[in-house]
Amino acid sequence: MAVEERDAHTGYLTTGHEWNGITELNRPVPKIIWLFLLSTFLFALVWWVLMPAWPLGATYTRGLLGVDQRARLADDMASAAAARADWMAEIESKPVEAIRADPDLMRLARESGRTLFADNCGVCHGVTGAGGPGYPSLVDTAWLWGGDAQSVAETIRVGINTGHPESRLSQMLAFGRDGILERQALSDVVSYVRSLSNAPLAPAEQAGVAAGATIFADNCTACHGEDGRGSQDVGAPDLTDGFWIYGGDRRSILASVDRGRQGEMPSWETRLSPVQRKLLTLYVLDLGAPQ
Amino acid sequence: MVSTLTTTERQVALLLSALVALAGLALAAAGRHDPLGAHGFMILVYGLVCAGAVARGYYGPEPNAERLARYYDEPIKAGLVIAMAWAVVGMFVGVWVATLLAYPEATFDQAWASFGRLRPVHTTGVIFGFGGNALIATSFHVMQRTSRARMPDQLSPWFVLVGYNLFCLLAVSGYLIGITQSKEYAEPEWYADIWLVIVWVTYLVLYLRTLARRQEPHIYVANWYYLAFILVVAVLHIVNNLAVPASLGGAKSFPVFSGVQDAMTQWWYGHNAVAFFLTAGFLGMMYYYLPTRAGRPIFSYRLSIISFWGITFFYMWAGSHHLHYTALPHWVQTLGMTFSVMLLVPSWSSAGNALLTLNGAWHKVRDDATLRFMMVAAVFYGLSTFEGSFLAIRPVNALSHYTDWTVGHVHAGALGWVALITFGAIYSLVPLLWKRERMYSPGLVELHFWLALAGTVIYVFAMWNSGIIQGLMWRTYNDSGTLAYSFIDSLVAMHPYYVARAFGGLLFLIGAVVGSYNIWMTIRSSASAPRERFGDRPVAGPAGASAAEPAE
Repeated sequence: MAVEERDAHTGYLTTGHEWNGITELNRPVPKIIWLFLLSTFLFALVWWVLMPAWPLGATYTRGLLGVDQRARLADDMASAAAARADWMAEIESKPVEAIRADPDLMRLARESGRTLFADNCGVCHGVTGAGGPGYPSLVDTAWLWGGDAQSVAETIRVGINTGHPESRLSQMLAFGRDGILERQALSDVVSYVRSLSNAPLAPAEQAGVAAGATIFADNCTACHGEDGRGSQDVGAPDLTDGFWIYGGDRRSILASVDRGRQGEMPSWETRLSPVQRKLLTLYVLDLGAPQ
Repeated sequence: MVSTLTTTERQVALLLSALVALAGLALAAAGRHDPLGAHGFMILVYGLVCAGAVARGYYGPEPNAERLARYYDEPIKAGLVIAMAWAVVGMFVGVWVATLLAYPEATFDQAWASFGRLRPVHTTGVIFGFGGNALIATSFHVMQRTSRARMPDQLSPWFVLVGYNLFCLLAVSGYLIGITQSKEYAEPEWYADIWLVIVWVTYLVLYLRTLARRQEPHIYVANWYYLAFILVVAVLHIVNNLAVPASLGGAKSFPVFSGVQDAMTQWWYGHNAVAFFLTAGFLGMMYYYLPTRAGRPIFSYRLSIISFWGITFFYMWAGSHHLHYTALPHWVQTLGMTFSVMLLVPSWSSAGNALLTLNGAWHKVRDDATLRFMMVAAVFYGLSTFEGSFLAIRPVNALSHYTDWTVGHVHAGALGWVALITFGAIYSLVPLLWKRERMYSPGLVELHFWLALAGTVIYVFAMWNSGIIQGLMWRTYNDSGTLAYSFIDSLVAMHPYYVARAFGGLLFLIGAVVGSYNIWMTIRSSASAPRERFGDRPVAGPAGASAAEPAE
């Protein structure tokens, strides 16, 4: 019962069907559609001939161009490496101090060291290297494990408190939580520690300094030294220099003495190449003023 | 709703609700030491609420035989209201996560408020909550009208609608408490997936039964698309969610595929979800509401055939373009790319067919914001399908992949195409279903249109900019032959675009709120009861319906 009707606007007949008022024009597919359709088919055909395309059981059609994404990636990596090979080789072979004395090499080291640092170290130390609560600043003069080239390179390689067999290990005991020191003793030793860096002390703190000195001598000097200047052999921070990782206010120091500290830094030996780690060493040395 | 069910249907509804409640109880007991327990409890409550609703109306009078001379529109009305509720919730969470990207610390230190948990709430809320309910509701309308037949029974449409929303609720609540199988757009775990299979098969059977009752010799194009949507989504959902639960007392399951096979299955699913959920279904919507609103015949029936078979055939191959330059073999990538290119012309044929149908009705597009919603939707469909084929080309993808360009592309489609065509369809449908002359306020429809369009354009432009900048920053080398920018440099550069994106999304959300208010007021306003029009009733069916022939 199809009844074709002529659409007045276009002059075409309908297909003769009607659904709830909807009709369709029996208009042929415009030529341009066929043209575009065929050209996309042609494009696909050419691409199939040139590139790996169709599976053939255990193998596949390789394509006339012989392109393979793995081989191409390897080529790209190789040519990128070749582009920086000259100066990279110099970085690799020259001693750190010689590189630092060479302004051209240092410019390159800073340029690539910046992204290397921001991508790998910036999450903790901040993109500027200024650190944050719990993460040491690398732009000051204080170094936990030494600020010379060899020490910095070694810290980057093995990390701190990691699973690396040669990891740097350091632990501050939880003097309060583990019951080594009484409450009053904790308070006094905190007062003494604050006095070491000439922090302005409240009168109540002043009173505890003398007692705190004795407690410090009995409990803390093994790592932090008799003068409180710390030891880079065991990663014990200098308490006199006014730089603080976990904060230098009374509350923060009390928290450190009470519950202890065991900061971690990952080992980068398996993640970064030797020359990348050397670049980072150069960059970190360049960030802060070394001793 | 219960008053329209026959006594037998009320009994079956009670039984089904009780079964759901029992299944919930079993899951709650088995999963009491697992997040699954919370979901079991939710299912139990859901089943009890349904049972309560049926029980309250159980002894009401039965519907008389006169109903068979009418289309069954109650579940459509409910579906549209639910769809708009999901739209507001899903888009609100969308603005929220967009804001989180610009200000990532705003999570109140709560796990549930982290980006990773909120983002699927947004995607599921808008795609499955808003889009899915709108598709189910409009498909019920279109299949009845274009078949001139009432749905075969009153219970199965409610089972589909109510059951589907249980799935959506399980999905969204699960993400917040940490239940996910970590497959994009297929995050819900095994028990929710099994439930959706039951619901979806019922949906397919209902659709086929209605088509079988049709009083038209031919099946209209819109039904081809709706059927493709229902059938293929069933296949995709089942295959991609093949998984083995770690235990029956826990939510966790493991997919049967692993490694690159799993990735390929996931993106075969993911891309065809775009194709058959977000494209085919909404093309079905467009094929009905655009010509009826414009009052014009479809530009070319023959072109519809090219588009339909082109889209259904080529889309199936295109999924691997999501895995360019990965462990996926090169040849699979080539196939994905070339089929994506061949997909362009059938896609554009649909968009062109829609736009050219408006020839002779452009004055209506100018005056009627509802029709303009659908016109702009067709334009965005054309734009985003072109962009999709373009981005699928491997060297282009090398720049765009993993960047915000992808996000912009998706939203050009999701906001510009899917949401706009849906709003157009809903604004056409609401006055029809509730028997009003027109929407409560045509001015608010106009306002919604401009808010939605401005929001989409701001969103898409922001993401184009940020995506291309990101892509370039990640691949730029300095003179010394190493990367010029760190990743965080690119994040800092994105910030202004993320703020702009959140603003564009906010405009779109405000539009949806305005639309919901307008719809609500239309429903609330007193019925102006326009004269019954031709086509408002089904043709007398084989089921022995009495004098059902329309008056004219």
